Amino acid sequence: MKKEWPLWEVFIRGQHGLNHRHVGSLHAPDAEMAIKNARDVYTRRKEGISIWVIPSAQITASDPGAKDALFEPSVDKIYRHPSFYDIPDEVGKM
Amino acid sequence: MATAVDNIVSDKLFEWLLRRGDSALILGHRVSEWCGHSPVLEEDIALANVALDLIGQARLWLTYAGEIEGKGRGENELAFLRDAWDFHNFLLVEQPNGDFGKTLMRQFLYDAYQVLLLEALENSSDQRVAEIAAKAGKEAAYHLDRSADLVIRLGDGTSESHRRMQTALETLWIYTGELFSGDEVDEVVSDAGIAPMPETLQSSWRQIVDEVLTRATLEVPDTTFSHTGGVTGRHSEHLGHLLAEMQFLQRAYPGATW
Repeated sequence: MKKEWPLWEVFIRGQHGLNHRHVGSLHAPDAEMAIKNARDVYTRRKEGISIWVIPSAQITASDPGAKDALFEPSVDKIYRHPSFYDIPDEVGKM
Repeated sequence: MATAVDNIVSDKLFEWLLRRGDSALILGHRVSEWCGHSPVLEEDIALANVALDLIGQARLWLTYAGEIEGKGRGENELAFLRDAWDFHNFLLVEQPNGDFGKTLMRQFLYDAYQVLLLEALENSSDQRVAEIAAKAGKEAAYHLDRSADLVIRLGDGTSESHRRMQTALETLWIYTGELFSGDEVDEVVSDAGIAPMPETLQSSWRQIVDEVLTRATLEVPDTTFSHTGGVTGRHSEHLGHLLAEMQFLQRAYPGATW
């Protein structure tokens, strides 16, 4: 039997932030304890107002080795950036 | 006449504040002894947070105690320059950490009391007391949430963790009666509307404790015996050793700052 507690990824929404952001990971026996531990480890300096935890094992990640095939092709597709439009002043910041 | 009465109240209030401050300080120091030694990193940080909360509460109580005493003593003088017999903390909080389970059991028994006391103190006739209670109450609520949860997990855990928690409960139970035995200090402070008599908190405390211990599959020891004396300065042999470590720096290098 594996003795170590499973790993959890911690996401915190800051005081003024709109999205939960990944802040790190920790070990805990279950979700409830993971929230408590996250509170104690990652919100000691008023970092947040909401916590999410997700079992690290539940995250499917892209293959780092396939980086070139996945991401290189978009490098020269500058036409995908909406930078060729003239934006009327009235629209303001987008 | 009014001043004589006021003097009696402030004398007793001073001692009552020391009981609050010393209990928070001594428990805070005890919990801080785990720093760097906890079973896992996450618990280490969590316990350090609890210790810091308690020491923060001690500072508020002792600062106010010093002001009420009016002899120029501040939080530091009261914390570092008194001997064991001048400390007024509960015997429960000076008990040694033992294993992780014993530390958590001690914390749980105290947290349940703290939450009830601080809740009552929010309506204190003394505004400073009410303010300190409001701030400390939020911390205590989290402490209780955490310690109750862990007591249940460990009590209702493996046969080894269950055995350790039951042993801890039996070792510490005889120090819980002191939390609810009021004396003349409590009477004066209670008559002034500053705080409730400790006895009035006991049944609610017992309700919280019974509920958690039942879920933890632990059995409350069948005894009504209780050690008392901590709040009047008669301590177990453990407090002196704790103070020797906690006060060493100020004793060896008086007035040292950094």
